[in-house]
Amino acid sequence: MNTLFPGAMPGMGFLGGLLIGLAGAIMLLGLGRIAGVSGLAARAVGIGSGTDSRAVALAFITGLPLGAALVASLRPVAITFPSSLAVLVIGGLLVGFGTRLGSGCTSGHGVCGLSRLSPRSMAATALFMAAGFATVAAMRALGWG
Amino acid sequence: MRALIALLAGTIFGAGLALSGMADPARIHAFLDLFGTWDPTLAFVIAGAITPMVFAWLIQRRLPRALSGDAFALPGTRRIDAPLAVGALLFGIGWGIAGLCPGPAIANLALAPFAVLPFLAAMIAGMLLHRLRAAGR
Repeated sequence: MNTLFPGAMPGMGFLGGLLIGLAGAIMLLGLGRIAGVSGLAARAVGIGSGTDSRAVALAFITGLPLGAALVASLRPVAITFPSSLAVLVIGGLLVGFGTRLGSGCTSGHGVCGLSRLSPRSMAATALFMAAGFATVAAMRALGWG
Repeated sequence: MRALIALLAGTIFGAGLALSGMADPARIHAFLDLFGTWDPTLAFVIAGAITPMVFAWLIQRRLPRALSGDAFALPGTRRIDAPLAVGALLFGIGWGIAGLCPGPAIANLALAPFAVLPFLAAMIAGMLLHRLRAAGR
């Protein structure tokens, strides 16, 4: 694997994925809710739709950096950000608007929805994956990043 | 109690993101970059995440309500409409541009707080924009 795909982390990726799925299972079976980060984030900042508990949303969102900090205290976590401010701002606007319009992101549609065999989430995941691949290919062709 | 369960779930989720390398925008970019040095890690993460969730959905079908006593509040699965499609496409473009989606962006408050701030501010602005547009209809 690592000669074919240098830098890939199949083992750690799968293990980290299991944790993400465990978190989704706790939200679903424990609280009856989808662990969809975009929806919970919107709810946490007070601009979400629906009537879900804001305390639950805030608690889940608070946990994300806590968990990441916990891992970073045990082992190095490599993070490389795009250097361009414009890239971050344009990307953020599209991610914020798009996830609300499309009712979900990688977690809600990509993990919770796919595992539920939801046709709606399968369609959304296929579309955002395709758009992601096409965008990076286009950026490469245009010589950006 | 409910908030504590959500805090636990969020913490496990954030740990999973950091452990799997998914908090790293460069790794997401490498997954989406089919014409570069392709990094398939994200596919293993999705496979890992779906595994417990499949069992969770099987159990959910047999439960009258969640363990907290709350009724299940779950979105519909059938309707594939224009907002879903356009929203997913816009999200995918932003994801490709920055290499960040909401979960990793928020988890990065602990890993690269200053670097992620412009993305997070713009993401919330984008959500607000959607909210205002929806309210204006």
